Amino acid sequence: MVEVPATQSRGPSASEPGLHSAPDPGARATGLWSRLRDSDVLYSFSRSPITITAAIVTALFILCAIFAPVVAPHNPFDMATIDLMDSSMPPAWMEGGDSRFLLGTDDQGRGILSTIIFGSRISLLIGFASVVLATVLGVGLGLLSGFVGGVVDAFIMRVAEIQLSFPVILTALLIDGVLRGVLQVEKSGELAYWILILSIGISNWVQFARTVRGSTMVERSKEYVQAAQVIGIRSSMIVLRHILPNVMGPVLVIATIQLAVAVLSEATLSFLGVGMPPTEPSLGTLIQIGNDYLFSGEWWMVIFPGSALAILVLAVNLLGDWLRDALNPRLR
Amino acid sequence: MPEAVENKPAENVKTVMQVKGLARYFDVSPPLLNRILERLPKQILKAVDGIDFEITKGETFSLVGESGCGKSTVARLIVGLYRPSAGSIEFEGRDISGLSRAEMAPMRRRLQMIFQDPYASLNPRWRVRDIVAEPLRAFGLETTSSGIERRVGELLSYVKLAAADGEKYPHEFSGGQRQRISIARALASKPDFLVCDEPTSALDVSVQAQILNLMKDLQREFGLTYLFISHNLAVVSHVSDRVGVMYLGRLVEVAPASTLFRAPRHPYTRMLLDTIPDLSMSGRDRMPVSGEVPNPITPPSGCTFHPRCPFANDRCKREIPLPIETPHGSRVTCHGVEEGRVPEGPVIPNR
Amino acid sequence: MVNPLLEVKNLRVEFPTRRGVLTAVDDVSLHINPGEVLGVVGESGAGKSMTGAAIIGLLEPPGQIAAGEILLEGRRIDNLPYEQMRRIRGREIGAIFQDPLTSLNPLYSVGQQLIETIQTHTEMTYAQARNRAVELLSEVGIPAPERRIDSYPHQFSGGMRQRVVIALALCVNPKLIIADEPTTALDVSIQAQIIALLKRLCREHGTAVMLVTHDMGVIAEAADRVAVMYSGRIAEIGPVRQVVQQPKHPYTVGLMGSIPIIDQGDERLTQIDGAMPRLTEIPSGCAFNPRCTQTIERCFTERPNLVQVGQSSVSCWHHDREKTDA
Repeated sequence: MVEVPATQSRGPSASEPGLHSAPDPGARATGLWSRLRDSDVLYSFSRSPITITAAIVTALFILCAIFAPVVAPHNPFDMATIDLMDSSMPPAWMEGGDSRFLLGTDDQGRGILSTIIFGSRISLLIGFASVVLATVLGVGLGLLSGFVGGVVDAFIMRVAEIQLSFPVILTALLIDGVLRGVLQVEKSGELAYWILILSIGISNWVQFARTVRGSTMVERSKEYVQAAQVIGIRSSMIVLRHILPNVMGPVLVIATIQLAVAVLSEATLSFLGVGMPPTEPSLGTLIQIGNDYLFSGEWWMVIFPGSALAILVLAVNLLGDWLRDALNPRLR
Repeated sequence: MPEAVENKPAENVKTVMQVKGLARYFDVSPPLLNRILERLPKQILKAVDGIDFEITKGETFSLVGESGCGKSTVARLIVGLYRPSAGSIEFEGRDISGLSRAEMAPMRRRLQMIFQDPYASLNPRWRVRDIVAEPLRAFGLETTSSGIERRVGELLSYVKLAAADGEKYPHEFSGGQRQRISIARALASKPDFLVCDEPTSALDVSVQAQILNLMKDLQREFGLTYLFISHNLAVVSHVSDRVGVMYLGRLVEVAPASTLFRAPRHPYTRMLLDTIPDLSMSGRDRMPVSGEVPNPITPPSGCTFHPRCPFANDRCKREIPLPIETPHGSRVTCHGVEEGRVPEGPVIPNR
Repeated sequence: MVNPLLEVKNLRVEFPTRRGVLTAVDDVSLHINPGEVLGVVGESGAGKSMTGAAIIGLLEPPGQIAAGEILLEGRRIDNLPYEQMRRIRGREIGAIFQDPLTSLNPLYSVGQQLIETIQTHTEMTYAQARNRAVELLSEVGIPAPERRIDSYPHQFSGGMRQRVVIALALCVNPKLIIADEPTTALDVSIQAQIIALLKRLCREHGTAVMLVTHDMGVIAEAADRVAVMYSGRIAEIGPVRQVVQQPKHPYTVGLMGSIPIIDQGDERLTQIDGAMPRLTEIPSGCAFNPRCTQTIERCFTERPNLVQVGQSSVSCWHHDREKTDA
């Protein structure tokens, strides 16, 4: 019988060296694995052909991205292999096509298939990195907000709400612009990776923070947290060792869905010309380049990268949806 | 805490826990902005409103009452999960209510707690051995991994579980087994004093018997002192040496268990006793119990029990009663008992 | 001999899962006479709630009735289409659940809910139905019913809400009420009030009750007969006084001994070691055999049937043998 909702935080008190226990590194990994097995996740996976297809497609994209130099027929960044004479060739099966370039070439003579493979590599790299950044930021702030509560919680959540009232892409554009202004790198593409990762990552933390805050508030009122407090475990250790492992389920789901969002955001930014430069094209950059040639009849320059992007985002989204259902005990 | 068998010292009656004027208020007001916009006053919930009791070494002292009476808050105040708004908690003569974190550490080792819900009190992501070992590591009682392993096995055997169970996760156990794990964790730091917050209310009755018997055995073996919190009077009568009855944040009666259950004095105690279903099926008529527990945010004036009390008069509505000692060794907070308005004698006929 | 109001014959409720079929209720037969209170008692997982849910056709999928019959006044109701069953649920069988909030719609005042239910099942006009609703509320002990009728469920305390639910269950004079842990969520002092109320009203209205609970005390207070369930089966069924005071089945004996009683003194409680098996691990033979102290060889191989022992029926080889030997 808990008579009073335990929302009052026993604020952080003086540090107390040597009074907390060392974490057991093996516990969480095996724990997650045995829970995965128990929660019928693998079973529901094996029963869903759409999910299996989505997983295969995603895996193909990731493998191609990792082994791009091996997989791709050409290296589109190697100036020595590029011949301007090959520019704007249609796909191989069309008249004027060349068997060397299955999906045709772009305006600079780079094979579309190769640029797509290398472009996915860049897109996925930025996607993953920005999701990692958003997860770290969001989970950290969410834990802080949910566990400490009070003014800290109110402040973080108001910031989150303000950011949420702008479209994600607008926030990303804003951060992108500010970073470019501060770093003075309009002309160089060197920092483009970092700028994109930062701007997409920062604009997507809110989702994580809100979810983690909610789960944290539920977990922190549970008796196992009080049991740790009775032993005198420091709040920071309670958050990291007790609460964090218990709020990671939903985070995994959001991270998967946010990967699709991040890849799309990157494509949008690149399409708008504030992303990756044409010398290092991501999928978005390719679509932007191709877009200029759409009306002159060279449709393959935009259709193929566009389809690749659509398929990738769809596959990742389907995976995320399945994961959300599979990890939700109420829907099972 | 001595490992060896220690019988309850009969002559050496020593007060281990002395609680004086203990109070805890919670601010349950709506958020500041809403309060200003809707012109609402600040709302204070007096969960515990000035209670006194003392617990003797080796005994089981129970707090009993309905939901909202503040008994769980008292439990949390004593183990330091809440800080008191007023009053003191003396553990072996030392006030522990205002101690700093560092000063509290050695006290925490000796004051442990068993929780109500065996499904929420064990971290689902931790192996049982890590759960039981957490206090060992936290208090630095065992430093080597072999020492921890040995001690965890020992603790699990105290609660009739196998050492091999340490490798499992909590969800692999039944409710009763989980409560055993919770007890093993509480015993890990060799405490002298255990606060048990409704330890069996989430369990089935046959499992409850196992846990109550186990707790009794452990108390005898390790010379433990229990503060036992429960709403179940039958369980309380079974485990307690002395009992305090709480109503809306105050203690209405404190008495030795035998006195309280044979000759209850406070009208609320008598009402509670009368609600216990009668398994002997004597077909006795029960005192009609009327009314419900009022909202603790806006408690009645004077004696908070007066709206439900068949013996209440004007004085009860005006004046907060003070505890008085009765010849039977109980302490009752009731104007009616003081004035002799409330009849004496047992409510429950002898069975 | 009166004809039973409700008859359950060899009921079996199964949950097909990918790891195999779980049997939550296994070959349960019982009957309830008109106006009688039958207690169904058991620990969590004994299948008592599942039996109640099967009778009113509210088993949660994938749970399903796999075998057996349920008859209300001689008419089979376990295989009725949803719409017909819904009508029976409203008019002939009422339900009271543990959490009153699940039975009440938070968006409507209690009056609206009562009036709607009354009007759905009778020919009353709005004004008549409203009068009846006020009458019912005062009957279940709600003070100032004329005023409280327009309040919403959240404006009532837990005990008062459960009273409203009882009014709602009784408003069309059903023949049977299934009450699933009606007092578990309430404070002890309120519990006694609600049990007394339920008992009095059903006596007055001649309503039969199937009282599902884990609390032997509630059964002893309110029931005429009691069925003790264990692992989806009936261990013992008989008049409540018999079962409580002279339990026959080793499980019932242990259960009664494990209940603490005031004035019992400092002695240890009788305890039944172990726990009820999970549905995936029900042993062969008698399901109680791992916890039983007086097993014979047959307990591990053959499942005991209910046999009459005195006024009760018990499913235990121990008693079966005694009976055949005698």
